[in-house]
Amino acid sequence: MVRPQDRKFVTADPEKCIGCCVCEYACSMTKEKTYNPTKSRIRALRMGPLTNLSVTCRHCEDPACVAACPKDALTQDENTGIIRVNEEACNGCAWCISACQFGAMMIHPEKKVVFTCDSCEELGEPQCVKWCPEEALNFVTAQTLAQKSRISAVKNLFQEVKEKTVQK
Amino acid sequence: MWRINKMFAYAGKILRVDLTTGKVSTEPLTEQMAKSYIGGIGLGIRLLMDNSKPGTDAFNPDNPIIFATGPLSGTMGPTAGNGYAVVSKSPATGGVGEAKAHGFFGPDLKRAGYDAVVITGKAEKLSYLWIDDDNVTVIDAEHMRGKSPYETDVQIRNDLGDYYIRVSAIGEAGEKLCRFAAIINDEFRAIGRTGMGAVMGSKNLKAVAVRGTHDVNVADMEGFKEFVKMIHERMKGPATKKYKTLGTPENVLVLNSLAALATRNWTNATFEGAQRVSGEYLNEHYVKKIVGCATCGMRCDHIAVVPEGPYQGSTSRLEFECLWAMGPLCGVDRLDAIIEAMRIVNEYGMDGISIGVVVAFAMDCYEHGVITKEQTDGIDLRFGNAEAMIAIIHKIGKREGWLGNALAEGVAKAAEIIGNGAEKYACHIKGLELPGYDLRTLKTAALGFSVSFRGACHLRNGAYSPDVKGKVNRFKIEKGRGKMIADEGNVYNIIDSLIVCKFSRGTYYDGTKDLAKYYTLATGIPITPEELIKDGERIENLARLFNIREGKGTREFDTLPWKIKNVPVPDEGPAKGVVVSEEEFQIGLDDYYAVRGWTPDGIPTAEKLAELGLGDLTYIVQKAQGGA
Repeated sequence: MVRPQDRKFVTADPEKCIGCCVCEYACSMTKEKTYNPTKSRIRALRMGPLTNLSVTCRHCEDPACVAACPKDALTQDENTGIIRVNEEACNGCAWCISACQFGAMMIHPEKKVVFTCDSCEELGEPQCVKWCPEEALNFVTAQTLAQKSRISAVKNLFQEVKEKTVQK
Repeated sequence: MWRINKMFAYAGKILRVDLTTGKVSTEPLTEQMAKSYIGGIGLGIRLLMDNSKPGTDAFNPDNPIIFATGPLSGTMGPTAGNGYAVVSKSPATGGVGEAKAHGFFGPDLKRAGYDAVVITGKAEKLSYLWIDDDNVTVIDAEHMRGKSPYETDVQIRNDLGDYYIRVSAIGEAGEKLCRFAAIINDEFRAIGRTGMGAVMGSKNLKAVAVRGTHDVNVADMEGFKEFVKMIHERMKGPATKKYKTLGTPENVLVLNSLAALATRNWTNATFEGAQRVSGEYLNEHYVKKIVGCATCGMRCDHIAVVPEGPYQGSTSRLEFECLWAMGPLCGVDRLDAIIEAMRIVNEYGMDGISIGVVVAFAMDCYEHGVITKEQTDGIDLRFGNAEAMIAIIHKIGKREGWLGNALAEGVAKAAEIIGNGAEKYACHIKGLELPGYDLRTLKTAALGFSVSFRGACHLRNGAYSPDVKGKVNRFKIEKGRGKMIADEGNVYNIIDSLIVCKFSRGTYYDGTKDLAKYYTLATGIPITPEELIKDGERIENLARLFNIREGKGTREFDTLPWKIKNVPVPDEGPAKGVVVSEEEFQIGLDDYYAVRGWTPDGIPTAEKLAELGLGDLTYIVQKAQGGA
């Protein structure tokens, strides 16, 4: 049994992500055997040259999408936190899309049912993370993410340390 | 999973839109057309040739403007996956106009299901074209009049309610038919050269907006994936280091050290303020983030932000050419002003190279008393006056005042309007302003730029490269340069038809062999490197034929600006006293034409055309020779 705090999800580092969409292409290539960002489980958003970030499912605790589904078509895997879609039960009503704060639930353009990131579990690791040319995507636990932020905050506080360790 | 048609990577379809009647239709792209002209500028120039009548003015509604994707647009191919090209008759040169841009627009056009869009006619009022997969409509854009390309982008996405719609738009300069107006997508990616934005303006076409949701499939997914992986790896290596670190502004100090940094409108070849506008200084003090285009992890967009002073907060992407044009060429050594100038040039939607050359031309005229302070509306247009540069750019963008209006015509036509000997200071070839190299001290470049079919251009055959890299004696033109230029010209035509970004050209270690493999993996159409080079040569000849058909393509149009031939480099050092002599220049032209298989008048022979499968266009050379 995996502890909830050990669940991994895909997250983008805002310092490194350049909004190039390679993740979208890698995702649709892996999952759909074609190049089509509208079939990608991760989407890049570019709101300006300095504001761009890729976003996908964060495998939340008590996921709002699951709670919102009137057809009980969504369930969360207890171990991995992955949201599973029962495609027979889903009628594409999009309640889950309204509920998700990250826009990580999407309607598949052909199947007309919702789909979201499953961390490429059948391949052992998310392919977008593997392909990201900027190493901006990470497959991490919330714990690791918090550690990273903590480390960077402390480094920023101690300017001296920053100068010695951060190379650009 | 389904495909739009039986072709791979190509959409297999060409869209036609007549803005006068509102009629929309489609036709198939044949495999023959695909293999012979590839896509991008190759396909675009062929469509221009076939869809226009000789002698049609660039601003005539009958002049078609063509948006073309490349075969790889919409795939995961780095750089090639994200491009598009625009081709039309150029209002600056009267010959072939073409430019490419990367970013996010091209792939959506492919996914919408089109290899090319041929737009003719003129809308009754300012409009934009909305391509939503198969649904194509012309929509009123009067409420966007005067808006910048980026504001137009935001407005259209708001109006249509989809953030992921991609927009390619013109600004005020395009609406007002500035002859070097650009078309801009994704805030600062420009179809920059040859005035394509003005052609859109002449059609009352404010923008093309597109949403493509279809699949793009490649013939050999596994092979293609491995190829892309290899290019990604190479992009992390030395081939792209320059673009990922200092960026192209690195050229400032390199060219300055070679006495090849054109300064004050080709008066000097070195700039005393070079250090302050160098790539090193820019990156140290202004660059905030380096971002990139769709499908490309190379990232090269150096986003510069002014941290303080009168232009505080001004943000722009800055590359060498525009930095040079609005910096050393105008004698300006203030990066904050250059960043601001770049920002407003993107807002008006103008070619960042041409605008700098135009301002430098006006400054040269002003310093020589050819234009007076009265004619500048009181602007003190001395070289080095950054505020004056910005003030005159605003006037040109708005076509305000006598001088602003004249300069919006580009240096060649502005010199005619100004008169009084102004043509001596107008640095252009075929009507297109010179890019950032001093051709007096880079003479292979001088020859290469003069024979470029779209006018003065460093990216039609990369002829500056052997000079800068020291592969030849750059102070003279001699036999052998013709072959260098012709060979590279063919490759550049392939690159611009595949729409591969030239920043990535170093990652194709095996040159055309790599490119041929890339093409075949994606399209499933077998092609050898030799056939690909033949395509490049076909495209060069085709463009030459279009120029000849329009009366702009023979020897007398392959020229150099007056200053390059008549004003010796004054700077101390090995370059002192250098000019390009008429004699060596003519030797160069003879050499180039002979290599190309053209007559001494620079006209392709009937045999050459037959060899290239352009026999259907032989009437153009027969007519040109009959009339000569």
